[in-house]
Amino acid sequence: MDLLTPELGLFFWTLIAFLAVFFILRKYAWKPILNSLGEREKGIADSIATAERVKGEMSQLKSENEKLLAQAREERTTMLREAKEMKDKIVNDAKEQAKEEANKIIVDAQHQIQQQKMAALTEVKNEIGSLAIEVAEKILRKQLNASEGQEAYMSMMAKDIKLN
Amino acid sequence: MPLLFCLKRTFFEHKTHIFAQNFRAVMSCKRLLSLLILVFGLSGSVISSFAQEAEKHENTAPEEKKGINITELVFGHVSDSHEWHLFSLKNADGTEKPVAFPLPMIIYQPGTGLKVFSSSHFEEWHKDADGKKISNEYEGLYIEKVMKEKVLASDGSKIYDFSITKNVLSMLFGVVILLWVMTSAAKKYKANTAPKGMQNALEVIIIFIRDEVARPNLGHKYKRFLPLLLTIFFFIWINNLLGLLPGGANFTGNIAVTACLALVAFVVMMANSNKHFWGHLLNPPNVPFLVKCLLVLIEVMSLCIKPVALMIRLFANMLAGHIVILSVICLIFIFALLNVYVGGGFVIVSLAFSIFMFMLELLVAVIQAFIFANLTAVFIGQAIEGDHDHDHVELSEGLAH
Repeated sequence: MDLLTPELGLFFWTLIAFLAVFFILRKYAWKPILNSLGEREKGIADSIATAERVKGEMSQLKSENEKLLAQAREERTTMLREAKEMKDKIVNDAKEQAKEEANKIIVDAQHQIQQQKMAALTEVKNEIGSLAIEVAEKILRKQLNASEGQEAYMSMMAKDIKLN
Repeated sequence: MPLLFCLKRTFFEHKTHIFAQNFRAVMSCKRLLSLLILVFGLSGSVISSFAQEAEKHENTAPEEKKGINITELVFGHVSDSHEWHLFSLKNADGTEKPVAFPLPMIIYQPGTGLKVFSSSHFEEWHKDADGKKISNEYEGLYIEKVMKEKVLASDGSKIYDFSITKNVLSMLFGVVILLWVMTSAAKKYKANTAPKGMQNALEVIIIFIRDEVARPNLGHKYKRFLPLLLTIFFFIWINNLLGLLPGGANFTGNIAVTACLALVAFVVMMANSNKHFWGHLLNPPNVPFLVKCLLVLIEVMSLCIKPVALMIRLFANMLAGHIVILSVICLIFIFALLNVYVGGGFVIVSLAFSIFMFMLELLVAVIQAFIFANLTAVFIGQAIEGDHDHDHVELSEGLAH
């Protein structure tokens, strides 16, 4: 039984040492260690939560972006279509107008040509008339220079009159 | 033998604790089993250590002639001493001259007062008729060595021995190492850099104690008791390890030490016990009167057994381990006495076995520290528990017995 009877001295020193160690370590070791462990764990948990949140935000942002993009694409398509329609319309209008203009110009030109032609014809007629008169005059002058000529002419005239 | 029993018990309890939390149905069975194992293991360890002792007493007579006293050797190593004995030199005339550090003696004698002197004053030893080793007298005191050393007054009056013995000194080494390691680790935390080296190793253990010992047993109040559990764990562990060093003291295998630690645990448990705990203990609800009387008696007994179990478990485990290792090593010398060559041959067997035992003891050192801390947490957990987790009380009670 010798081994099973505790010695007072050892008990006493153990108690004192253990309590001293406990109080010293509690203040200078466990508290700072456990605090910083807790802080670190909290930091990690926070970081993970933040990352998760940011990820969520990112995906939301992405979906929003996609939505915006789709909208933009749609808008672009409509705009293009509208622009094309507008262009066609403008081109058509322009063509129409051009045609009209051209027609008008052609008509004018024809009119003018007709006029010019008429004027030219008139002039030619007049020229020819005056030329004929001149020629006739010259002929008459030549024929009527001699008396036989006058006579012949007179007879011819007389003939004509008779015939009428 | 005792060690194997204790180990078995140890592992079993450990396993029980970890797994049992999920299997309540198996609990009653396991409770009975662990009770059986406790009783069996304890009696096994105590009885077989006595058996060993008896065996050695028988062996003492023939061996003494040849100059080896195994009992003295083994118990000289495992029990406390007023000097730190390293080895003995043989003088030319055949007498042994011990090489030992004397340690300070602090004796309080009512009436005479405090006496402080070096243990080197006790240097002449002789044997009395009963085979006890008796030292010379100094300042009216002498040391009597049987299995343990006892300081006695020559006039037979009562004295109180507060000497710095081998165990106390070993503990002081342990305390210094513990304080140094922990405070230097704590300083690194203040620096707030990435953990490295020792800090990493400690962190794993600290987190293990926090998450596997404190949190499951103490619930949301764990923060309050965590410093105590950590201190208990590291205090026991470092001293267990120091005890394994060659020439080290058997500090945690001393019943005064384990009694002290168990007392601290018990006091903390009592100081924090709540109304619910005492209500269930002294007035169990929904139980007929006669059964209630019996139940209260059993519960009160179990309450007292808790610290005793804590005390004996650590004591028996560490003591048994030390005795087994020493015995295995002593086998070499016993065989060498028969025949030098047999002894030489046995060195291999003995060394192999003692290396194995050392490995086992390294494991036991940490397991016992863990179990002590864990059971402390379980006991405190029972005392502070509220009504909300009633299941847990029964579970941990099953473990405690």
